[in-house]
Amino acid sequence: MTGANGFLVTAASALVLVVLTLLLLATGAEGAALGAAALAGVALVALIAHLVRAGQRGVLPPLLLGFIILLLWEAGVRAFDVPGVILPSVSAILARMASSAPTLWEDFAQTFLRGALAGYAIGCGAGFVVALVADRTPALQRGILPVGNFLAAMPIVGTAPILVMWFGFDWQSKAAVVAVMCFFPMLVNTVQGLAAAERMQKDLMRTYAAGYWKTLTKLRLPAAAPFIFNGLKICTTLALIGAIVAEFFGSPIRGMGFRISTEVGRLALDMVWAEIVVAALAGSAFYGLVALLERAATFWHPSQRRAR
Amino acid sequence: MSDVTAAGAGVGRSAATGWIGRRVVALGPVLAVVAGILAIWYAAVPPMNIHWAASRAARADVAVSVPEGQSIRSAGAWALVLRNPGLIPATYTQDKPRLPAPHQVAAELWSTTAGPPVTSNKSLIHHASITLGATLLGFVFGALGGLLLAVGIVYNRVMDASVMPWAIASQTIPILALAPMIVVVLNSIGVTGLVPKAVIAAYLSFFPVVVGMVKGLRSPSAIQSDLLHTYNANGWQGFWKLRLPAAMPFLFPSLKVGIAASLVGAIIAELPTGAQGGLGARLLSGSYYGQTIQIWSALFAAAILAAVLVGIVGAIQTATLKRMGFGR
Repeated sequence: MTGANGFLVTAASALVLVVLTLLLLATGAEGAALGAAALAGVALVALIAHLVRAGQRGVLPPLLLGFIILLLWEAGVRAFDVPGVILPSVSAILARMASSAPTLWEDFAQTFLRGALAGYAIGCGAGFVVALVADRTPALQRGILPVGNFLAAMPIVGTAPILVMWFGFDWQSKAAVVAVMCFFPMLVNTVQGLAAAERMQKDLMRTYAAGYWKTLTKLRLPAAAPFIFNGLKICTTLALIGAIVAEFFGSPIRGMGFRISTEVGRLALDMVWAEIVVAALAGSAFYGLVALLERAATFWHPSQRRAR
Repeated sequence: MSDVTAAGAGVGRSAATGWIGRRVVALGPVLAVVAGILAIWYAAVPPMNIHWAASRAARADVAVSVPEGQSIRSAGAWALVLRNPGLIPATYTQDKPRLPAPHQVAAELWSTTAGPPVTSNKSLIHHASITLGATLLGFVFGALGGLLLAVGIVYNRVMDASVMPWAIASQTIPILALAPMIVVVLNSIGVTGLVPKAVIAAYLSFFPVVVGMVKGLRSPSAIQSDLLHTYNANGWQGFWKLRLPAAMPFLFPSLKVGIAASLVGAIIAELPTGAQGGLGARLLSGSYYGQTIQIWSALFAAAILAAVLVGIVGAIQTATLKRMGFGR
């Protein structure tokens, strides 16, 4: 009973303090707003603690934490008059995102839809196919795993200047960088996955008189799926990083990496942050999409079973 | 949660285990694959460089055979190679080739490491040491910070519920996009030199350690915790005598990923400011002036550095785990 009451009191005071902070910010009383924001932060942390104690584990606690940080960020930047070249306020970034939406979309299309996605498809596809080929010769497979692991840990981003030189400034060179970056993690994971089927299972397929291809499609690829999706998920992040970093070495006058490096040079940090927000959203959405596909494809695997 | 952990760890997890301190038996297939890569590389050099060699030859009034109705520029690379086999040796000796041959890169690596004094601007060791300094400083701070945050997450349910999802989500965000901004902002408030690079390196090595350590600190089973309980151990002893030792096998793979990521961060951080020294600066200046051999040698230096760093962590891992009785 008291717990429920305490929860209601905490929630209500957090709400009041948040509204108060926003009002103070709107009226321009920055110092008071920072104080209110700090109190609101404390109230929200107490609220999170209540939620956690009540067994709430979903997206609400992290979202509330993110909200606290944004609130303190906004109030702090305005109260201490932090110059925009060091840290722009949240509202300035949002305003910039709204006013520069067409530019942001153009950069997104150039970097993500053309460079990153094309490279992702090529790199992951090539890694998969080479892994299948290597899998047919055990000696090759034993050699490829260490070399692939070695190269996967390398700073492959460094090939960007070379590939920009070969494929020109446009998105093709970015796709090439992404393809190279995605190739080795995909190769290594697929080779490992293809080795995941157990001997008993393979023997069973043999007793069914299943040939190589039947065994591959009915047993080994499904058994490899968790590894393959692991590779695909690693590559989603690498794809975006590769496409953005490759643009630091030369690009047409659009693209997220180009915009970040030029706007940093002009100290227009609100635009840089806007691009970073877009990159973060795109990266998370891409990862989430692959994770959803994984859940649909490998629903039988223990790691996908939810504890209910 | 567990699959994301694997995602972060998968990049370089077993990079060192196959390399350092393993038996020689495994070396045969590895050497075969390396030889195959070198063969493909050598075979790719003539078509990549033939256009330049052919136009040089044409200017020197040597007859260059091109397909009907085409110029040297428009002719296909393989057509030029097959019609002018005499030009192939020239493709391996160019100053600024599109694709340098492996021995050219090796020669450049040798001459820039063994030749000039270590302090000179031409020495690759000088540049590598600049990058290495930022890498190590960032790695130490990133790893320590990651350890502390992991302890906080494991011992505090509120932090677990609210911070941990962000630590995982941050792995899906292209953090490197932040690098230029961090460097410029720190410059504008007067922090220059090693620190901005170390900040980015720390940031990149931070999250693998958090995720790995959280998993590791949670790895003791209930029966082990219960045993400590019957010994009347307090929380502090439980941490030092059970959780921390149990986390070690999880810590080291994360450290390997972290130190490789830290190196990448330090290199990327050298790009946006036009830093005077460091492997990233070598990459950038090589790309400005078309010095392809310099780019390749910087790339290989970075790769060797990464392998050595991961190898050292791997060696510490083997020694520590052996002493602790985790032996394989």
